Amino acid sequence: MAKGFDIRRQTGFTTIALSCFVVLYLPIILLVVYSFNAGDSIAFWEGFSWRWYQSAWANEQVQDATIRSVVIATWAMVISTICAVLAALATTRQGKYRGSGFVFALINQPLMVPEIVTAVALLIFFAMIKVATGYTGLFYLILAHSAFCIPFAYMPIRARLQGMDLSLEQAAMDLYASPWRVFRRVTLPQLWPGILAGAMLAFVISLDDVVITEFVKSAGQDTLPTYMLGQIRRVVTPEVNAISTALLAISVVMVLAFFFLSRSRK
Amino acid sequence: MSEAVSFQKRAARRRWFLLTPALVVLLLAASGPLLIVVIYSFLTPGDYGGVVWEFSPNAWFSVVLERDFFTEQLGFADAHLSILWRSVKLSLMTAALTFALGFPTAYFIATRPAHKRDFWMLLIMIPFWTNLLIRTFAIMELIRAEGTVNSFLLWTGVINEPIQMLFTEFAILLGMSYVYLPLMVLPIYASMERFDFSLVEAGYDLYGSRWRVLRRVIFPLVKPGVIAGSILVFVPSLGAYVAPRVLGGGKQLMLGNLIELQFGAGRNWPVGAALSLTLLLIVTVALMFYVRAAGNEEGPGHG
Repeated sequence: MAKGFDIRRQTGFTTIALSCFVVLYLPIILLVVYSFNAGDSIAFWEGFSWRWYQSAWANEQVQDATIRSVVIATWAMVISTICAVLAALATTRQGKYRGSGFVFALINQPLMVPEIVTAVALLIFFAMIKVATGYTGLFYLILAHSAFCIPFAYMPIRARLQGMDLSLEQAAMDLYASPWRVFRRVTLPQLWPGILAGAMLAFVISLDDVVITEFVKSAGQDTLPTYMLGQIRRVVTPEVNAISTALLAISVVMVLAFFFLSRSRK
Repeated sequence: MSEAVSFQKRAARRRWFLLTPALVVLLLAASGPLLIVVIYSFLTPGDYGGVVWEFSPNAWFSVVLERDFFTEQLGFADAHLSILWRSVKLSLMTAALTFALGFPTAYFIATRPAHKRDFWMLLIMIPFWTNLLIRTFAIMELIRAEGTVNSFLLWTGVINEPIQMLFTEFAILLGMSYVYLPLMVLPIYASMERFDFSLVEAGYDLYGSRWRVLRRVIFPLVKPGVIAGSILVFVPSLGAYVAPRVLGGGKQLMLGNLIELQFGAGRNWPVGAALSLTLLLIVTVALMFYVRAAGNEEGPGHG
């Protein structure tokens, strides 16, 4: 065996893996490329132009949907991150307690129950409240988004907290710092990267949601994803590609930031 | 002693106090409404959507049964059953296809030098965290009649008229496999990451072929990851709504679309509720199967 025998090699695996990476990115890259197409087609390249970005930007429905998406995602991020920080502080760095299974199931429930089931449940529940109170504002969407963002915000915060040394906080307490002071001066500064990572994840998850929003929204409450879903039946122009590309850019930036934030702990 | 008890009590009180906001939000907008769905599935449908508060088990019967319009005879609800069957079939096929592609990919990443693995995993994770709708969209643009693939094939002269790929089961399978592939790679990679390759070496020393070593040494050790990945792909596929709506185009319905119909045009909320709970039930069975399988793997067999 002149070349040696590589025990890690499996015939064809590298080919399949590399094709997988190509296949994962090729459709997205094409989508981005055609958002800059000067023509109306999503398959024939007719030169570079910003035209579809301009037309998306000038589209009032798109403007409304963008603002609504950002408002909902911001509220959902703030609410779910606060809930997640408090919950992580309550459940991490201690043994099993009464009801820990219940709490664990409740927090992870949005990850396990199919989205469509939660969507239907919220549709029914909120319909009852809407009839009873007459209120049909954005609050329902914000509440729904906050709930399914909690597990995503919770994960990185909990992971960070678990890796933190308890002795620093104990030392602070030994020096007669009040619990609030300990939290603000010792716990919080160490926890910060985890909180930031959790918040960004929550923001992206809220921004991307289609199914629950589609069921919960009242008339005229389209977010960017539900607006796009509604457009699919029509003739698809690269305008949709332009909106997609903008959303993609936000997600990718957030995910990269998240990746490096959660890596810095090592 | 009493001081210790009161300390514990105080700790418990503080814990529940801190948990309150999260639990309130989750109970209000995630878990609590599920109970209402259970109640609704036993009510009578209203004429214009909604329900009438009268007990009726009919919604549950109509998940699988239907009364013939003319003869009043009870038979199987073919429409529901064929959609249910399509959902299960496509989800299993998605799990199989993502396994066939995801296993080699995870293996490839796990056999890279340690400092490069993070980079490859990041490449898998980026598409996963980007918008599901947009990725489904990208697939649609690829395979539609005037899309990239057909245009390319027409241009090269391989075909004379576009192949109808959109609005078929194949399109849904392709779309779901595309969006859920990272969910298969992730757990398999996690179980391979710390794989001890001296075991593989031992296998070769004992004259095992590559295929035999893969099947008898590597695969059994990463099986928990494979099971986890299969469940992670199967569960969202079964409840998929976006992929069948965008790529199936209202012709190839799946369970998720059937449920939506009951709240829109179909206007039978109790049946929609019963169908949702049916979906939840299948998912729960799948998860229980997973927990049991994962539990067995940690048993004495592995020491």
